[in-house]
Amino acid sequence: MEHTDLFMLIYIFALACFVGFELIAKVPPTLHTPLMSGSNAISGITIVGAIIASGIEDFKVATVLGIIAIIFATINVVGGYLVTDRMLKMFKKK
Amino acid sequence: MEAYKDILVNSVYLIASFLFIFGIKMLSSPTKARKGNIYSAVGMFLAIVVTLLNEHIISYQYIIAGIVIGSAIGSFIAIKVEMTAMPQMVGLLNGFGGGASALVGLTEYLQTLDPSNTRVEVFSAKMAITIALSLIIGGITFTGSLVAFGKLQGIVSGNVIKFPLQHPLNLLLLVGVFGLLVVGVFYPTEQTLFLVILGVSLLLGILLVIPIGGADMPVAISLLNSYSGIAASATGFVIDNNMLIIAGALVGASGIILTNIMCKAMNRSLLNVVMGGWGQNAAAEAASGAKKEVNIKSIDSEEAAMIFDAASSVMIIPGYGMAVAQAQHAVKDLMDILNKKGCDVKFAIHPVAGRMPGHMNILLAESNVPYEKLYALEDINEEFANTDISLIIGANDVVNPAARNNPASPIYGMPILNADHSKTVIIIKRSMAAGYAGIDNELFYNQNTLMYFGDAKEAIGKLNNELKNLS
Repeated sequence: MEHTDLFMLIYIFALACFVGFELIAKVPPTLHTPLMSGSNAISGITIVGAIIASGIEDFKVATVLGIIAIIFATINVVGGYLVTDRMLKMFKKK
Repeated sequence: MEAYKDILVNSVYLIASFLFIFGIKMLSSPTKARKGNIYSAVGMFLAIVVTLLNEHIISYQYIIAGIVIGSAIGSFIAIKVEMTAMPQMVGLLNGFGGGASALVGLTEYLQTLDPSNTRVEVFSAKMAITIALSLIIGGITFTGSLVAFGKLQGIVSGNVIKFPLQHPLNLLLLVGVFGLLVVGVFYPTEQTLFLVILGVSLLLGILLVIPIGGADMPVAISLLNSYSGIAASATGFVIDNNMLIIAGALVGASGIILTNIMCKAMNRSLLNVVMGGWGQNAAAEAASGAKKEVNIKSIDSEEAAMIFDAASSVMIIPGYGMAVAQAQHAVKDLMDILNKKGCDVKFAIHPVAGRMPGHMNILLAESNVPYEKLYALEDINEEFANTDISLIIGANDVVNPAARNNPASPIYGMPILNADHSKTVIIIKRSMAAGYAGIDNELFYNQNTLMYFGDAKEAIGKLNNELKNLS
């Protein structure tokens, strides 16, 4: 049954970790702060889970929690990308 | 119809995953980085839009309301925040990400328990484990990040906070919470159990971060960054979503690499930083070394200007003091004035200078210092021997020669910038106070060291005026 599914997910997690290590090791120290805020914005991807969890019909405790999750994740996403853009803009010109 | 929609949704998730990876890849070059960030944001936008097509979503008004409120708050803080406050900004955003993951875990849990739900079927061991993990990691990230934010913002004491049996208590709670996870696999419908897991995790977040002091914050922030990614991955396991797992893993890896770089730059193990080891043994040292304020040579702005006027190469070493004084623009002016005189100016940046990785770099970028002038420790350390003046602005431990030559020093073995190898060292500092490590800096007493006391911004401003008068 779902053992294979779970292993599929673990494979993906492990391989994505390797990709992450390879890519991020190449980021120069000068960009470490934008790297943090930019990757931080990516971790707001949890908003996808929040949206799925809070769209059910009846309004219950779970829905309220889901909406708070959406607000949190959106702050994370929007704030993270905007502030990263603000920083990277400064690195553009010589 | 449903099948097509499924293919569409999954294809877009796949594209979004690619965009995240490309976005991070482009961060390896300062000229492409901005475009990379936009790619990543487009990926996020696509992922959110296509998620709204999910067949289980019936009501949209709350979702839209949540997104609107979150966007308003997010853009407000992103536009308002000062570059010097970036460490606490990242800390706060980490917290929101972790909090969101924990809440999604909790929501999923409650919905699975709800007999009327149509979406989530029955409890499996996998469900119980992954939900518990997203509660634990998300919960720790949430409160831990808020404490880190509070410390950096000055709301919570930035010092190392210790109390008796602190580490045994933390260890007990950590083991306990994973013990509860195992119990949860066997009794997945025990609601209280999962609420206790969340509660203990929230408490742990606070307890794990309070012993971490000021200059160790780069490690704490990097680590929490990693956790926020792993929390997102855990949520991906809960809802069987590959994109979440991939995106979360990328962030997790990024945080771990940065944590590792920070620890190496301090020659300390992660465990040592997390336990807040430094502040303590250093206090005794500071008490014993406090008495020898004898041979300090102090100069004023006029004398400093004369020395700079004669120099042909200057190396600037910024530290947290530059951020506190908001001196980055004055520093840029100084660079321009010196360049006009034909003097070469470079910047040597220690990996742990400031309160987060790359903190100094963004401040100097803000004041338009070209990034080609900023050098990392290993690329510049040889050059100090051929440098006329090393100008140290609000940095201390990262230039302390004790790290090289005093095996008894708590910072012994830490890679430092060899400022003492240059012909003259000028240190701008408000007082003789010790740095974060709480130890005396022998560099202050060296033959070739001159202390220029004052607030960094003011002191450099005065120096700039004197230099202009000289020419």
